[in-house]
Amino acid sequence: MTKRVLIVDDEPNIVISLEFLLKREGFAVSVARDGEEALAAIRAQVPDLVILDVMMPKLDGFSVLSAVRADPAVAAVPVLMLTAKGREAEQKKGLGLGANAYLPKPFSTHELVAKAKALLSGSA
Amino acid sequence: MITGPLIVGVACAYLGLLFALAYWADRRADQGRSVIGHPTIYALSLAVYCTAWTFYGSVGRATATGLGFLTIYLGPTLAALLWASLLVKIVRISKSQRITSIADFIASRYGMSQLLGGLVTVIAVVGVIPYISLQLKAIAWSFTILLHYPEVRMPRVLDPAFWQDTAFVVALLLAAFTMVFGTRHLDASERHEGMVAAIAFESIVKLCAFLAVGLWVTFSLLGPGGALTGDGLASAADNPHLAMLLSPRISAPGDWFAISLLAGLAVMLLPRQFQVAVVENSDQRQIRRAIWLFPFYLLLINLFVIPIAVAGLLAFPQGSVDPDTFVLTLPMAYEQPWLALVVFIGGLSAATGMVIVETIALSTMVSNDLVLPLLLRRWQSQATGADLGRLLLRIRRLAIVAILLLGYLYYRLAGEAYALVAIGLISFAAVAQFAPAVVAALYWRGGTREGALAGLSAGFLVWLYTLLLPSFAKSGWLPAAFLDPGPFGIDLLKPQALFGLSGWNEITHCLFWSLTTNVLAFLAVSSLRAPDATEAAQASAYVDAFKHGRPAGLPIWRGSAEIAELMALAERFLGTERTRRAFADFALSRGVAAPGDLPPDAQTVRFAETLLSGAIGGASARVMVASVTEEETLGIDEVLNILDEASQIRAYSRELEQKSRALEAATSELRAANLRLQELDRLKDDFMSSVTHELRTPLASIRAFSEILHDDPDIELGERKRFLGILVSETERLSRLVNQVLDLAKIESGHADWLVEPVDLREVIAQSAATTGRLIEGRGAELVVHTDHCDGEPLVLADRDRLIQVLVNLLSNAAKFTPAGSGQVEIRLTRWDGALRVCVADNGPGIPEGELELIFEKFRQASAGGDKPVGTGLGLPISRQIVEHFGGRIWAEGGAEKGATLCFELPALAAGPGRPRSQAAAQPPTPPSQPAGETRP
Amino acid sequence: MTRATLSRQRLLVVFLAALLALFSPVVRRFETVPGLFGVPALYLYLFGIWALVIAVAAWIVSRGRD
Repeated sequence: MTKRVLIVDDEPNIVISLEFLLKREGFAVSVARDGEEALAAIRAQVPDLVILDVMMPKLDGFSVLSAVRADPAVAAVPVLMLTAKGREAEQKKGLGLGANAYLPKPFSTHELVAKAKALLSGSA
Repeated sequence: MITGPLIVGVACAYLGLLFALAYWADRRADQGRSVIGHPTIYALSLAVYCTAWTFYGSVGRATATGLGFLTIYLGPTLAALLWASLLVKIVRISKSQRITSIADFIASRYGMSQLLGGLVTVIAVVGVIPYISLQLKAIAWSFTILLHYPEVRMPRVLDPAFWQDTAFVVALLLAAFTMVFGTRHLDASERHEGMVAAIAFESIVKLCAFLAVGLWVTFSLLGPGGALTGDGLASAADNPHLAMLLSPRISAPGDWFAISLLAGLAVMLLPRQFQVAVVENSDQRQIRRAIWLFPFYLLLINLFVIPIAVAGLLAFPQGSVDPDTFVLTLPMAYEQPWLALVVFIGGLSAATGMVIVETIALSTMVSNDLVLPLLLRRWQSQATGADLGRLLLRIRRLAIVAILLLGYLYYRLAGEAYALVAIGLISFAAVAQFAPAVVAALYWRGGTREGALAGLSAGFLVWLYTLLLPSFAKSGWLPAAFLDPGPFGIDLLKPQALFGLSGWNEITHCLFWSLTTNVLAFLAVSSLRAPDATEAAQASAYVDAFKHGRPAGLPIWRGSAEIAELMALAERFLGTERTRRAFADFALSRGVAAPGDLPPDAQTVRFAETLLSGAIGGASARVMVASVTEEETLGIDEVLNILDEASQIRAYSRELEQKSRALEAATSELRAANLRLQELDRLKDDFMSSVTHELRTPLASIRAFSEILHDDPDIELGERKRFLGILVSETERLSRLVNQVLDLAKIESGHADWLVEPVDLREVIAQSAATTGRLIEGRGAELVVHTDHCDGEPLVLADRDRLIQVLVNLLSNAAKFTPAGSGQVEIRLTRWDGALRVCVADNGPGIPEGELELIFEKFRQASAGGDKPVGTGLGLPISRQIVEHFGGRIWAEGGAEKGATLCFELPALAAGPGRPRSQAAAQPPTPPSQPAGETRP
Repeated sequence: MTRATLSRQRLLVVFLAALLALFSPVVRRFETVPGLFGVPALYLYLFGIWALVIAVAAWIVSRGRD
C-alpha cells in the first residue's frame, strides 16, 4: 500500500522540491498551503506522514501539531517538522508538542528522505 | 568789700537753698505730685555735664588751643542726635532690668557677672577721681582768688598741710553735703527726685552766671566805648594767643575729631550722666526734648567763651593771670564785685552739682557692685543677722567720703601740672573704655563675660599707663625719666609715644591705644567660647529691647521656692513695710488674695529678683535669690539644644524625603528605559528571527534543488529546466533580500549615503515607469501616468536614485496585486499645499482598513487572496525610511476591494536656480525636522 | 514705618550731615574766608551749623510727637 504523505508549507518552491523528492521515493503526496487546510486534510485523509512547516498563515505549525495530537482520531500520525526557525528552543517546543522529528531549513535532501522513510516504515 | 565770711555766707546760703529745693521736691514726689517729670527739667538735669571745667576751663582752653574747647560740646551735640534710638533703648533695658548704674548695665548684660560689675566700678572710680579733683581745685581757687578782691592775684603754689588747705575743707564739706543728699534711704531704683530738682536748678544758675559775664564782657568791655576796645587789634601782633583767637584755625583735625568723639562717649558713659539720663529718667518721652534742648544749653553756655578769652588776653598782660580764671578775674579787675560774686556762685554751682551726682553714682556702684559681692562671698550668702539695709547705707557713706578724699589726694599729687580741661580729658578717656562693651551690649548678641573683662582690663591698663601715670610723672611724683626716654630706657614703651606713635596729642594717643586694645581683647576673648545661657538670654533682652514689651529670656525653673523665704530675704534689704507692700501688689496683679498664696514659680522668683536688684543691683540680687531657692535651671541652651536637635531632625527628614522622591523618580525612569530596551530587544529579536527565516527559506529551496539536480542526472529536461529556473529565481530572491536587509540596516543606523539635490519628480516617475514597465506588462496590466496636472517644475530636494527605488517598489507592489490581465496601474503627480504628491494606484484587491499601517512594518505582507506574494516584505519599510528621511510622508489608502493607492509626499522645492541633476548640489539647509543621516527609530 | 522710626531716621541723617559739616575738610575752608562784623568766619560757621543742627533736631522731634 502506497504511503501517503501530506506536505504542509506555504512556500511553493519548497513544496515543489518536497513533492519531487517524495514522489521519487514512491510515496503519494498531497499538499496543504496553510494551517487550516492542513488540519482539514489530516483529518480527512489521515496520512501516513505529515511534513509540517511552522511559519504559515492562518494557523501556524505548532498549533496544527497540538490540534492533531489532541485529536484522538489523528493523534498517532507521525509528524516531521520542517522550519526555517532553527533555534533550539523551537526544536524543543516542537518535540515537546509531539513532533516525531524536527528538521531545520535549509535541509539536506538525503536526510529528509531518510527520516521520512524511517517514520513511514515505523507505521507500517 | 568782699570778705571771706561774705563769700562763705553766700556759698552756704546757696547750698542751703539747693538743699531746701531738693527736700521740697522729694516731699512732692512722695505725695505723688512729682515736679521733675517735666521734660525741660530732665534736659536741664543732663546739663550737669557742664562742670567747673565748662565754667572756668573753657576759657582757659580757648586761650591755649583756640577752638579746641568746642569739641567737648560738639561731641555731645552730635551724640544727642542718636539718643532717639540709643538712649531710649538703654533706658528701656534699664527700666525692665532694674538697672541702677553703668556697672550694673554692663555686668547684667554679660552673664550677670559680679566680677565685671566690680571691674567697671574700679575703672569708674579711678577714672573719675581726677575729674572730682578738678572741681575741688576750681572751688578752692575761685574762693581764694575772690578773697583777694579787688586785687587780682593768683594763689601761690604752696604746699600747705592738708588741714589748712581750702581744698581739703571743701572736700569734707562736699562729702557731708552729698551724704545728706543721697543716702537717706536705700532702694536706688527710687529715683532721687530731690537731687534731680536741685541739679536742674543749679544748671540754670550756672548758665545765667556765665551768660551774665559773657554779656557784660561782650558789650561792656569789648563793645563800643568799652575799656578794651581800643587796645584790640594792636595787641594782637605781640600776643600769639590773641592772634590765634582772632584768626582761628583748626590746627589738628585729628584731635578735633578724636576729642569730639571722646566727649560724645563721655556724655553717655560718665557715671553721673548715666545716673541722670538713665536711672533718674521717669518717662522715655522726656528724651525727645532733651535731644535738642541739651545741645541748645551747650550752645548757650559756650557762646561767650571766645569774647571772654579775648577780653582776658587783652586785659591781663601775658602770663600774669591764669586764663582758667578769666571768668572770675575780669569782673574783679573791672570793679564788678557783685558780678564776681555771681560768677563765684555759678562756679560753685557747677562744681557741687557734678560732685554730688558723680559721687552718689559712684558710691552706689561701690556698694552694690564692689563691696556687697565681696561681703556675700565671705558670708556665703547668709546674713549674720545684721540689718543689711543699714549696712549698705553705711557702706555708701563711707564710699562718698573715700572718693572725695581720693579726689583731694589726686589734686595734691597731680593737680598743679595740668590745666583744668586736661584733667577732665583724662577722666573722659577712662570712661571711654566702657564704650565697646556698652555698644556691643546693645547691638551684638556675641560677647562673653570673659571678653568684656578682657576688653575693659586691657583698655584700663593702657589708660593707666599712657595717661594717668604720666600725669603723676609730670607733677614730679614719678621720675620724669618714665616719660622720656621711657621705662627702663625702652624707647618703644614711652607712655606717651607708645610703639613709636609719637607727635600725637596725649589724649588722642591714649584714646587710640586704649580703645584698640580694648576692642581687640574684647572680641578675641569673646570668640573663645559661645555665650552661655545667661549671656544669651541677656543678649536677647538687650538687643531686642525694642521688640519686647517685657524682659524676655526667662530661664525655665524647675525649682521650688518658699514665699516666706523670699519675703524674708527682701525684708532684710528693703524693710518689712516696703516688702509687704510690694508683694501684696504683686499678688493682686496675679489674681491672688495674699502674698502667702502666691505660687512658688519662676514668675514669682523673677519678681523677687527684680525687687531686690533695685536695692543691691542685679548680679547680687540673683545670687541672693538663688541661695533661697533650690533651683535647677533648665538652661536656655539646653532648651535651645533640644529645639536645635528637633529642627535638625526635621531638616534631615526633609532631605531624606527629597532624596527618596528623587530616587523614586530615577527608578521609574530606569524602569521605563528598561522596558523600552526590552521592547527594542524584542523587536530586534523579532526582526532577527524574521530575517533568518526569510533568508533560510530561499536557501532551503536552493539547497534542495541543487541536491536534487546533483543526485539525479536522469531528470527529464522539462523538469530540469524548471528546477534550474527555480534555483535562479530563489537565488535572486535571496540576494534581493540580503540587499534590502543591508539597505535597511544602513539607513536605520545612519550609515547610508544620501546624495541630496534638487530632483524633478516627473523625470523620476518616467524612469521608474521604464524600469518596471516589463514587470507590469508581464502581468498584463496597463500603466497610466498623469503628471500634467502639476504646474511648474516639480522639484524636491532628495536623492534621485532612492526616490526611484521608492517608486519602483510601489509600482512593483501595484503590479503584483493587480488582477492578471485586467490590471491598471496609475501614477498621479500633484502639487498639494506646498508639497508634491505622487500616488500609485492599482485596481487590485485593496488593503483592508486595519492593515493600512501594518503594511509598512517589516516582513509584513498584505494577504493577497491566499497566494503568497513574491516579495521580501521589506520594500515598504525601506520606502518609508527614505521618504521620511527627506521630510515627507508615505501612506496607504483604499479599503478592501477598492484597490490600493499608495502615496508619498515631499516638500516642494521652490522653483529656483537649482537645475536637477546637472550640478552637484551644495549641501542644502537641513530639511525641516530631518537632519541628514539621523538614525530613524 | 512708625512715627518714632521716621524721627530716628531723620535724626540719623542730621547726625551724618553734621558729622560731615563739622569734621570734614569743609571746615578748614572757613579759616580763610573773611568774616562778618569783625567776627571770624570760622566762628560763624561753627556756631551757625551748631544752631542749625539744634533747630532741625527740634523740628524733627516736634514732628514726631504728632
